[in-house]
Amino acid sequence: MTARSERIRTVDEFDLLAAADSPLHAIDPRAKLLTVLLAVAVIASYPRHTVAGMAPLFLLPAAWLALGRVPLGFVLRRLLPALPFVLLMAIFNPLIDRAPLVEAGGIALSGGWISFASILLRFLLGMSLAILLVACTGFNTLCSALLRLHAPRVFVVQLLLLYRYIFLLADEARRVRLAYALRSGGERAVALPVAGSMLGQLLLRVMGRGQRIHQAMLGRGFTGDLPVRHTFRWHRRDTLFLLGWAVWIILARAVNIPDQLGLFVIKALA
Amino acid sequence: MHMADALLSPAVGGGMWVAAAALSARASVKLRSQPSESLAPMMAVLGAFVFAAQMINFSIPGTGSSGHLGGGLLLAILLGPHAAFLALASVLTIQALFFADGGLLALGCNMINLGVFPCYIAYPLIYRPLAGDGSSPSRRLAACIIASMAGMAMGAFAVVAETGLSGISELPVGAFILLMVPIHLTIGLIEGGVTATVIGFISRAQPELLTVANRMDRTRQSRPVRRVAVCLLGVALLTGGLLSSFASENPDGLEWSIEKMTGKKEIDGIGHPIHTALASLQSKTSFMPDYDFRKDDAADKDDARESAAKTGTSLAGVLGACMTLLLAGGVGLFLRLRSRKHL
Repeated sequence: MTARSERIRTVDEFDLLAAADSPLHAIDPRAKLLTVLLAVAVIASYPRHTVAGMAPLFLLPAAWLALGRVPLGFVLRRLLPALPFVLLMAIFNPLIDRAPLVEAGGIALSGGWISFASILLRFLLGMSLAILLVACTGFNTLCSALLRLHAPRVFVVQLLLLYRYIFLLADEARRVRLAYALRSGGERAVALPVAGSMLGQLLLRVMGRGQRIHQAMLGRGFTGDLPVRHTFRWHRRDTLFLLGWAVWIILARAVNIPDQLGLFVIKALA
Repeated sequence: MHMADALLSPAVGGGMWVAAAALSARASVKLRSQPSESLAPMMAVLGAFVFAAQMINFSIPGTGSSGHLGGGLLLAILLGPHAAFLALASVLTIQALFFADGGLLALGCNMINLGVFPCYIAYPLIYRPLAGDGSSPSRRLAACIIASMAGMAMGAFAVVAETGLSGISELPVGAFILLMVPIHLTIGLIEGGVTATVIGFISRAQPELLTVANRMDRTRQSRPVRRVAVCLLGVALLTGGLLSSFASENPDGLEWSIEKMTGKKEIDGIGHPIHTALASLQSKTSFMPDYDFRKDDAADKDDARESAAKTGTSLAGVLGACMTLLLAGGVGLFLRLRSRKHL
């Protein structure tokens, strides 16, 4: 579980990437958000045993990685910690569904292994798109896009405030953790009877800090709403971006492109 | 415990999204109607506390493993149900976007599983009646543990139901329940114990923090929670049903029920222009029309010719998939090289 706590430390890497400039950064955040939502819904709509049919959708993360100038390692490092849970859920498929479904080259593959691969592909596609969306848009811009798409204002303000507080409070938690490690001989996990009061202590610190920040915000005219500046405008290229990807996603869902391509090649070779 | 995109069908995910969106809109309205200017930052601080608390691992006795606080019940006790639900919803959104926990389609499910059960059921219906005015520590401990265990078990049931309805995972519902519920009852036991200690610590150190939520609760007209839950379930089922009937590209269920009703294999619609148009459209759009990867078909028919055809087409599929992936990677590489040149 330490991997999880270390992940919080690296949230600001997203901001570094989002501050960069690239063709993908320049696209209206609403266009990117809607494309990702469409893709995620379409990925989920594939039948259970689809593996090859999903391949055309990998054009999205591949192109976005390049257009947004995001390092591949950045995305992979974020996918890795979430992988064990998906593997745990997916591994039941080959254990339960053992009926052979496909034979290729003398090797029979059971339906379970195919749906196992399908689940992994779904995970890779959906998650990499979500990560790329934030990395090439930035959280603040994404939130202001949510507002423009009529998400509840209270919720969006909550998201923006929460995002700002996470960094502050992660520092507090790190201090508490370090203090415990120093006094317990380097022990990482806190003994259960101590955990409650330690978390309580952390909570008091955090709430005290939150209240001080809040006082300061009130002093500067905070009224319960964060003013969100909309720095983006919808251009024709945003329409083209959204339409183009939507057509590709729907085409990939409607026609099994890899199958057609493979058949075409086999016919051409024969 | 996060529900994952990869196991969800669009109908289930969409239905839960609509339900979660309706609930957060309702919670937003509730919070707007009682403007307490200290609440918005408190929600954010406590949401961030959930992240911070995840950095403090505690050892779970007897297992050698360690865990961290989930925080649903704690937030509900400190903030009241509506504010706690919105705070948890925002936590889950950030987890989905930054940490690949769950995913965007599963966000609705996760808001229901991890937000609604602790905030709208475990807290008002179990914790508050059991804990009373909170003056007795042992009552509070019992209330925390029972409420937390119940909330976790309901969340686990919901995960099983969502996975089962989606039909991507092969795991039978019964076995899945046996797997999930004991684990989550244990997690709930520990979580409840830690929550009670945290609340106890605060009530000794700064009791006034606990009264914020209680005051909020009393000014709130206590609406029957059951009605909300029933409405919510109705909305989720309705949208899920509508979406699935629109989205099913494989009208087996519908055909089957028509067959049952009319006693015929198909409705006599042949010759009708709309029907033929739809039928041709369906045969065009249907997935892998002649070699559907379905178990029952594959098991029943042992036609040599067909299996040969199947091998051929699956070979084509594998070949085509490799080529498509190479093409996608090639496009990406090309775009990257080109953008380097421009820099």
